[in-house]
Amino acid sequence: MNALGGFVEHYVLLASVLFTIGAVGFVARRNALVQLMSIELMLNAVNLLLVAYNRAHGEVMTGQLFAFFIIAVAAAEAAVGLAILLAFYRLNASVHSDEADALKH
Amino acid sequence: MSAGSILFAVAALLCIVGALATVLSKNPIRGAIGLLTTIVGIALLFLKLAAEFLAAIQLIVYAGAVVVLFVFVIMLLGPDAGSKETPPGKARFSRWFSAFGLVALSGTALYLLSRGQQTLTPLPAVTPDHGSTEAVGGLLFNHAIVPFELATALLIVAVVGAIAVARTKPRRRRAVPEGHEGRRLFGGPLHPRDAERPLVKEPAE
Repeated sequence: MNALGGFVEHYVLLASVLFTIGAVGFVARRNALVQLMSIELMLNAVNLLLVAYNRAHGEVMTGQLFAFFIIAVAAAEAAVGLAILLAFYRLNASVHSDEADALKH
Repeated sequence: MSAGSILFAVAALLCIVGALATVLSKNPIRGAIGLLTTIVGIALLFLKLAAEFLAAIQLIVYAGAVVVLFVFVIMLLGPDAGSKETPPGKARFSRWFSAFGLVALSGTALYLLSRGQQTLTPLPAVTPDHGSTEAVGGLLFNHAIVPFELATALLIVAVVGAIAVARTKPRRRRAVPEGHEGRRLFGGPLHPRDAERPLVKEPAE
């Protein structure tokens, strides 16, 4: 019997640590590139959780199906997010998300 | 320690080290490599959780496409991709306070989740074809064909939208003409950066 990784709680712990690191990176950093990468981290943590619970409870692989669709949506999100980032950089010559303040003035 | 435990420990270490490198590194290219490390770690965990198909998809889509896209954008931006963080004092407190709040939130959630629980839930044995390409593909095409087709539509729209957004010509960065004081935002006040930051590059006309 393997101790580590043999229980669903290990994966829950790891996924919540990863999600928290991603969320902290999203709110604490101001580089839009790093913020987009933090979003990817959070999506990956949720995928891990879905697959782990599916392994623990599911005969049918619905959790893996969900993770599959999340990966597809995450790819689309990354493409559009990076395109917006490029457009923003052309306007402001910076990828600093604090400078997206046109509506403030 | 069995081989499975060692695999889990290595993969978890890869995930956490990569995630910390993504969030903490000053240089975004290091962040991208950290993201890659995390993705490989999660693919290993998918293998351990009997999700071979998802492990392959994870490597192809994330490591092969998303991280490469990030690296391309970093390359396009050049040295400007580097982080010029907010000067000290500007919104610093609220940033770190909200970060602390998130850590406290997930810590509390984990505590509440684990409070009443005496034993861990072991992973049951599964059939050998659990998570194989054949089984997931069968499920996908027999029970989830509508979401699958919608995902293809989403990807097409995302590709077209990404091209449209990224190719838009910037109008705001044209030089302010002589004798003109600068842009006004929606007819309102002067844009603050028109005065303080000179335009670096003129778009080719």
